[in-house]
Amino acid sequence: MRGMLDWLDNRTGYRALLQGVLYERIPGGARWRYIWGSTLVFAMVVQLITGVVLWSAYSANAQGAWESVWFIQNQMTGGWLLRGIHHYMAQVTIVLLVLHLMQVLIDGAYRAPREVNFWFGLILLQLVLGLSLTGYLLPWDQKGYWATKVATSIASMTPVVGPGLQQLLVGGSEYGHLTLTRFFVLHAGILPAAVALLIVGHIYLFRRHGVTTPKSAREKPDGYFWPEQVLKDGVASLIVMATVLGLVLWSGGAHLGAPADPAEPYAAARPEWYFLFLFQWLKYFPAGWEVIGAQVIPGLVLALVAAMPIIGGWKYGHRFNVGVATALLAGIVMLTWQARVQDSADPEFVAAQAEAEVLAERSSELAAALSGIPVEGGLAMLRADPLTQGPRIFEANCSQCHRFEGHDGLGGQPADPPSASDLAGFGTRAWLAGLLDPERVATDEYFGGTEHVNGRMSRFVQRGVARFSPEVRSDLAKVIMAVSAEGSLPAQVEQDAVQQTEIEEGRALISGEEINCTRCHTFRDQTEGDVGPVLTGWGSRDWMLGMLHDPTEERFYGEDNDRMPSFGAEKILTEDEMGLVVDWLRGDWVRQDSQGH
Amino acid sequence: MSEDSLEESRAETEPTLSDGLDRVVEKERRDFLVGVSAVAAGTLAMLAPIGAAVVSLLDPLRREKLSSEMVLVARTSAIPEDGSPRKFTVTADRTDAWAAYDDSPVGAVYLRRSGDEVRALNVVCPHAGCFVGVAKDNSRFSCPCHLSSFDLDGAVDDPTSPSPRDMDTLDVEVRNGDEVWVRFQNFLPGRAEKTPV
Repeated sequence: MRGMLDWLDNRTGYRALLQGVLYERIPGGARWRYIWGSTLVFAMVVQLITGVVLWSAYSANAQGAWESVWFIQNQMTGGWLLRGIHHYMAQVTIVLLVLHLMQVLIDGAYRAPREVNFWFGLILLQLVLGLSLTGYLLPWDQKGYWATKVATSIASMTPVVGPGLQQLLVGGSEYGHLTLTRFFVLHAGILPAAVALLIVGHIYLFRRHGVTTPKSAREKPDGYFWPEQVLKDGVASLIVMATVLGLVLWSGGAHLGAPADPAEPYAAARPEWYFLFLFQWLKYFPAGWEVIGAQVIPGLVLALVAAMPIIGGWKYGHRFNVGVATALLAGIVMLTWQARVQDSADPEFVAAQAEAEVLAERSSELAAALSGIPVEGGLAMLRADPLTQGPRIFEANCSQCHRFEGHDGLGGQPADPPSASDLAGFGTRAWLAGLLDPERVATDEYFGGTEHVNGRMSRFVQRGVARFSPEVRSDLAKVIMAVSAEGSLPAQVEQDAVQQTEIEEGRALISGEEINCTRCHTFRDQTEGDVGPVLTGWGSRDWMLGMLHDPTEERFYGEDNDRMPSFGAEKILTEDEMGLVVDWLRGDWVRQDSQGH
Repeated sequence: MSEDSLEESRAETEPTLSDGLDRVVEKERRDFLVGVSAVAAGTLAMLAPIGAAVVSLLDPLRREKLSSEMVLVARTSAIPEDGSPRKFTVTADRTDAWAAYDDSPVGAVYLRRSGDEVRALNVVCPHAGCFVGVAKDNSRFSCPCHLSSFDLDGAVDDPTSPSPRDMDTLDVEVRNGDEVWVRFQNFLPGRAEKTPV
């Protein structure tokens, strides 16, 4: 063994190298205050390990990015932990960098001959911020997409070269596949390589100059990097890792929003918290001053920080530097705090955040329920989901008159009171029972706001049904079952199958003497006068689509139609949109426990 | 060999001062030429890969932009009659790098109607590219990011609004009576003039 190691040393000289690395002399001995650089190296190594493995499952294209991150997060064994560590370590790295920088400034460790190393550190800080910025887009979710749009917009404001710069970053005029391939090569290739090179340079220069020792260390005996300082660094790294793991477990892992959609607003668009101060900063620059706020002032501040080693050599220069750095940090903290306070006090932002969360969860649930994301991608999947799209279409097109559980579909309250029925549960037995309830038929829930409030149906319920004997009432319950069964509502089919006998009885009673729906409605082949909407297939998908298409058709309201637009015939809505709103009203959407419809 | 002849030959080979200088100059010139050749050879060798790399990286600059042809966005009947804005998704056939998409979402517009006239605004904020929203009471547009604010015509309505210009209007044509066709375009944010991306 000994012989082999000797041979290796003879051929490589590894012992001298190891000696140099491990037995660096530390004047005054190992100290806790020297841990910061090592914890940062540790953080970078963690990012390298987790990043490379994330890379092994990540696909950088607009139809694979969200999809593959969803897979990593929800399907891959340990994927959520891997991504969680990568995500939170990135944030902890920023904190460590700021602490490291502040310590260097306060200790005056930037002064001659350490100027170049200070500049290396400043470049490293910017590279790490670049890694954060590029990494934020890679999941291609709404949050990353819209936040990064702001970042590339700011790049486009650069005088002269801005538009070209933006095109090069984005890989074209619009966000797409090439935006991801380009951000990915920055995030996983160019920036990490630059960071690695600079860290080597940073450590080399640090070793060349040695640590900056505090006064108190000067009486103490010297120590060595190995093992005293390594132990301290190791413990510090362990604390950093424990913090990150704590954050991962506390948060349940890194967040993944709904797939990026250029056509859907994301009112909760915010950058990662450590960029919030810049975001807030931009609010204070009126029209025409964007470049000053977004580029010139940050550039000047950075130049000032870069000049600190020079300034530090002047009389009072060090005090000036520490003062400026403290003021900057205080300003950043204040702007961040302001951004947070303003957002949490803004009900629209809070609502947007809640909505974004619902969409994120639904996207993930859909992908799981479909046992994988359709090849068209996560966005197409979400756009074809009635539970997501139905309420939006309802709010935009139906809620001027109708309500859904008393609201506009999205939980809001339109200015005008309802003037048509509440469509929540349309087609169910409960909905029909309400319509046939003398107390309720003329309320806002049903015909209250419509012309039908004084129509024949309303009169029949208020005068006829009100006087039904208990026996006829129990017959009516069967009629309700029969008519409701026409809809084959997903939530009711099982119950309908069980109560087939009652439903059969109900069908016979539809044209019975007392109840006699077919005096005005058509049911199957029975009709006396075709006045009201047809009851055959009432509440079914086809029936509802037909009603939406053109309520003035003879089989629906005909001439008695009250204001209901012909959404299909007048092409107000597309076939797809009508299908989505109908499926939503019918409660017909993909659920986690079922596979497809 | 005799002592004399040895002396002789030594005298012959003994370099004079000027000889030495010549040699130094000669060596310097040689080293310079070798150096220049080395750098030239190295540069030439790297020229092709670096050239190919730079040209490829710059490719987006010479890519064709999203076609700004008119696309059918909606029917007039779908736009509220009371003049309040409604958001419509703009779908178009597009090619994104290697992939061709039929009728896929490329953005969104707010359409407003006054009588037969239809006006279209791009939803993207001219300040920094966020998605502008409509205030709850339908009275104005406001951007959720940096609080730019616009009236319903898309004009900046607040002197402290950070937006450098009004919301971007788009060309609209109503064809065949009720088809609303819009020339969908995005514009560079953060500048006073409207420059197509």
